Amino acid sequence: MPMNFETVEVTTDLLIVGGGMAACGAAVEAAYWAKKHGLKVTLVDKAALDRSGAVAMGLSAINQYLGIGKGKNTPEQYVEYVRNDLMGIARDDLVYNIARHVDSTVHLFEKWGLPIWKDENGEYVNEGRWQIMINGESYKVIVAEAAKNALGMDNIYERIFIIEPLLDGDRIAGAVGFSVRENKFYVFKAKAVLAAMGGAVGVFKPRSTGEGLGRSWYPPFSTGSSAYFTIRAGAEMTCQEVRFIPVRFKDAYGPVGAWFLLFKSRATNAFGGEYMVERRDELQNWAPYGLVKPIPANLRNYLGMLDVMEGKGPIFMRTEEAIAKLAEAYKDDPKAFKKKMKELEAEAWEDFLDMTISQALLWAATNIQPEERSSEIAAAEPYFIGSHSGASGAWVSGPEDIAPPEYFWGYCNMTTVKGLFAAGDASGATSHKFSSGSHAEGRIAAKAAIKFIVENNTQPNVDMAKVEELKARTYKPLELYEQHKDYTTNPEVNPYYIKPKMYMFRLQKLMDEYVGGVSSNFSTNKPSLERAMELLTFLKEDSEKLAAQDLHELMRCWENIHRTWQAEAHIRAVMFREETRWPGYYFRADKPKLDEENWLCFVNMKWDPNTGEWDVFKKPIIRLNVG
Amino acid sequence: MPAIVLNEKCDGCKGQDKTACMYACPNDLMVLDKEKMKAYNRDPWYCWECLCCAKACPQQAIDLRGYADFVPMGASVTPLRGSDNIMWTIKFRNGMVKRFKFPIRTTEEGTAVPNGGYPEGDGDLNSPALFTEPASLLLDAVPTLKK
Repeated sequence: MPMNFETVEVTTDLLIVGGGMAACGAAVEAAYWAKKHGLKVTLVDKAALDRSGAVAMGLSAINQYLGIGKGKNTPEQYVEYVRNDLMGIARDDLVYNIARHVDSTVHLFEKWGLPIWKDENGEYVNEGRWQIMINGESYKVIVAEAAKNALGMDNIYERIFIIEPLLDGDRIAGAVGFSVRENKFYVFKAKAVLAAMGGAVGVFKPRSTGEGLGRSWYPPFSTGSSAYFTIRAGAEMTCQEVRFIPVRFKDAYGPVGAWFLLFKSRATNAFGGEYMVERRDELQNWAPYGLVKPIPANLRNYLGMLDVMEGKGPIFMRTEEAIAKLAEAYKDDPKAFKKKMKELEAEAWEDFLDMTISQALLWAATNIQPEERSSEIAAAEPYFIGSHSGASGAWVSGPEDIAPPEYFWGYCNMTTVKGLFAAGDASGATSHKFSSGSHAEGRIAAKAAIKFIVENNTQPNVDMAKVEELKARTYKPLELYEQHKDYTTNPEVNPYYIKPKMYMFRLQKLMDEYVGGVSSNFSTNKPSLERAMELLTFLKEDSEKLAAQDLHELMRCWENIHRTWQAEAHIRAVMFREETRWPGYYFRADKPKLDEENWLCFVNMKWDPNTGEWDVFKKPIIRLNVG
Repeated sequence: MPAIVLNEKCDGCKGQDKTACMYACPNDLMVLDKEKMKAYNRDPWYCWECLCCAKACPQQAIDLRGYADFVPMGASVTPLRGSDNIMWTIKFRNGMVKRFKFPIRTTEEGTAVPNGGYPEGDGDLNSPALFTEPASLLLDAVPTLKK
């Protein structure tokens, strides 16, 4: 090894891996139950808790709030909404569980200091049925503060990138990782581990490939670590085919929710046609889901994509029309009209400034005032985000009081690996939990994890020879670089290794071209998927040749190894599901129709850590009696 | 390069072992050049433009220069984050300036109590109730379904 790396051992009861919404929810809940039972909780985060995770920049809305206590909605209604939006593919028990707890978490956010918009009666202002508006610049800072106050900074390790699980037979035993700032290798030994390291961005080639590579819709630092960690532990995974393609303001990816829901804006094509009206008949082909209200997100995407494919783009969000309509009621009172216009203008800008500053800059740079001119919207690239409208993640146990026996194995949100729990983007088939539901799910998983520890209170064995092997593997990219860098006059180009940026481009290119990315119109087929697997196999072999010149680049190497496994799981699931179920997310051109008879089921898979073999299989959907 | 550090304003956080921007950046992009005592963004192509660095900078030394591959030049968006609100100054390419101020929190920094002041529940590890429930749900009991 080129440098000396100290090994730091931390022994704990519950290890929370991640620092975003789910991890912060887990920290707050675990701290309470751990104290009661004399247990220790440790959190480890790749970044710093204040601004880590997908809510780092802030948010302008909370997308899951039911208002159950105020009689507004029921968890049953939420289950119905989610299962329809995902074209029938959802775990009712898990969705129900999050829905019944989410309000509790939102009420805590408010008490902690998050400003939530209120109407004249002191009630939350709804953006849509399930969404409420916030002044959310400091959303994550506030949520992190409660987590820090609950755990204490002594139990929080920042800037440590967890890369591999540790196992003791069929039970999780901890995790290893490295400091991205110091020459320290970390070994966390734990009785239970809660995975909450976010979704995966940058698996597919993004639309912008210059500086704008960083302007992904979900953050570029969500790199598939949840998927990698749970797959490598041998956990059963679900919905790995269910990626998400957000339609957003073009290039800067500003949010469209407030425009569609709060401002009631229309989207029209370049010739003024409204695809949601003109292409209504297409929805019949996707019945029964095409006929429900609200129309599933992927089908709304699809109708717009059909316009673009027919040469009717660009698509525009009609902001000027929406604002004019909203202000119309005040047109006879110039003073009130001016005030309303000012208010709408501030709301429109805050929506971007709270969560997508780039979009505000793009508007300013192109002299766009939304009350005067429409702005272009477009389908972005694919993302893996089980918390939003995608569904990929680990297959976890349901709640004891609700789950059917097939979906319950002892502890809620536990994966099929003993003691390994998952929440947020790390758990699958529970879409539409967003920021608030992820926090609530983190809490649910943490309480169950503490119960697991109380009932299985032994420290699993950690094989230190295996740890040494992992340590050597962890730092191998640094060693390779040192060994070969002087072979060429420019160390960036060298036949003995590959730098992580070029490796990432190789992954993104094959996913884009063969697995239905932007440049292949989100369309793929079996031969293309087979070709993707062939190229991915070369790439995986070459991952052994990743090289890093410093710790920061070492982090990039491992991020891309994590992405590669998310990519493989995706290809395998898309290949296995022989139908097209989410045409606005991807299209299997060789199996272009919805096939309810054969494919109204989950596609699950497992990688065996002992043999290295994958197994992909169906799992039945068991509906709860709601809706 | 998305988040940019202005030479004239950056003081390297006066030689502390890490700068405010290094602490904040969720993508580990900001680095302190210890010779020059200036921070810089090492991977502009990987910057999310979240401006967590700019909001944390005590010198207001960090600005935003839009992604050069799709943002026309000449505009700026600058935050000034206080303890309970944030002020944004937006300069358009055509010279127009807009300013907005929004609240960011309703409580004193550091005061978030984990239970939010809600009474804690019955402390039963086997029940579905989370530690602040049912009070924080504004209900008498956690909802359930008949199997």
